[in-house]
Amino acid sequence: MNVEAFSGQSAGGEGPIETDVVIIGAGPVGLFAVFELGLVDIKAHVVDILDKPGGQCAELYPEKPIYDIPALPVVSGQELTDRLLQQIKPFGATLHLGERIDELERLADERFRLKTDAGKEFVCKVVVVAAGGGSFTPKRPPLQGIEGFEGTSVHYSVRRMENFKDRDILIVGGGDSALDWTLSLQPFAKSLTLLHRRDEFRGAPHSVEKMRELVGQGAMRLLIGQVTKLHGADGQLEAVTVKTKEGEEHVPVDVMLPFFGLTMKLGPVADWGLNLNENLIPVDTEKFETSEKGIFAIGDINWYPGKLKLILCGFHEAALMAQQAYKYVYPGKKLLFQYTTSSSSLKKKLGVA
Amino acid sequence: MVKIIFIQPDGQEQAVEAEPGVTLMEAAKLNDVPGIEAECGGACACATCHLYVDEAWREKTGSPSQMEEDMLDFAFDVREASRLSCQIKLTPELDGITVRVPAKQF
Repeated sequence: MNVEAFSGQSAGGEGPIETDVVIIGAGPVGLFAVFELGLVDIKAHVVDILDKPGGQCAELYPEKPIYDIPALPVVSGQELTDRLLQQIKPFGATLHLGERIDELERLADERFRLKTDAGKEFVCKVVVVAAGGGSFTPKRPPLQGIEGFEGTSVHYSVRRMENFKDRDILIVGGGDSALDWTLSLQPFAKSLTLLHRRDEFRGAPHSVEKMRELVGQGAMRLLIGQVTKLHGADGQLEAVTVKTKEGEEHVPVDVMLPFFGLTMKLGPVADWGLNLNENLIPVDTEKFETSEKGIFAIGDINWYPGKLKLILCGFHEAALMAQQAYKYVYPGKKLLFQYTTSSSSLKKKLGVA
Repeated sequence: MVKIIFIQPDGQEQAVEAEPGVTLMEAAKLNDVPGIEAECGGACACATCHLYVDEAWREKTGSPSQMEEDMLDFAFDVREASRLSCQIKLTPELDGITVRVPAKQF
């Protein structure tokens, strides 16, 4: 398996990646779709916004046990992901991690063109949306008027460190993101304040130690409390009100970086002309195809009468989807149904013949 | 059955009943109490079932575990009375418990 790390230059001058299928989402169902498609000789590329495969299993509950995977009485989210990666290895699918599919359009020859937020392009015959609860996006603190500061004064990630040079920076949060950026930006900042609701941190102990050292040297400030109000105008933040145990404090800042984890948003899927029903994609229960021919939706993101958001249901959906996808990838060719137990050609594909 | 009183930010009260053994979050969802989202379905992985336990009941509900305390970092307007409702199991001793739904989940 080629796991491609995020690279802003990958779009290059090489033109689009041509393949049979693009699977949107590298959660358990997206990964298993690689297997089911692979068995019928369909090549796939998988794109996921997270920097690791596994979707919710890896992001929300890597260590929590799952009890309803057939034949695995108990398995953690991470172990399930690892086992699926092992299972799909023979099919050599490429994972494009840390990227989100932003655009999808149908070409004149019935194929699809997709483009990621990093500018990478794909041309494919079939699209499989296995996007679960949607794409993981940073949580936005529900502070009044915050939208107006986003992109100018409020940032949820750091793309260019130089944009933070000589600024009065406020970092909010108590995990690794907050601590890592505190340590990275402190040397460039005019002033830096780390704000957290309690004097205990979830981040790596050595980062916490380094941060406390900087506080001890007077190189930065640690404030215990929570932001309640933003002040400023025209996208330029001037100060925030912080509620502390002692009362309220007015803290002048230029830039705020809130790190409150990720939440799932439907995102660009909503703009592709698919029928939607309460942020879910209705599909038929024979092929799991959407209102658009050649675009399938499997796993938590789809809806049909009786739908259950279970990983095992997504696996079933992937198997049936692959049968129809075959008709689009190999038009006119007859598909012989085979079992992995007995078929020598399937065993060969799996590398066990 | 255990009786629970949910108070909305605007002061509106809603009394519901639930079987002992279910969580406060599940009781809220089963009775369509507004303002409790429970995005992760009770895995203590999202902080969108955040609420405030009334002072009089805080001793009986106990205090949050380390895992819950960590997850509360992702909630908005966290106070002394803050809990994740998926981590409070209803028992007969909690009959009549009063909780406040926050103005916003994250």
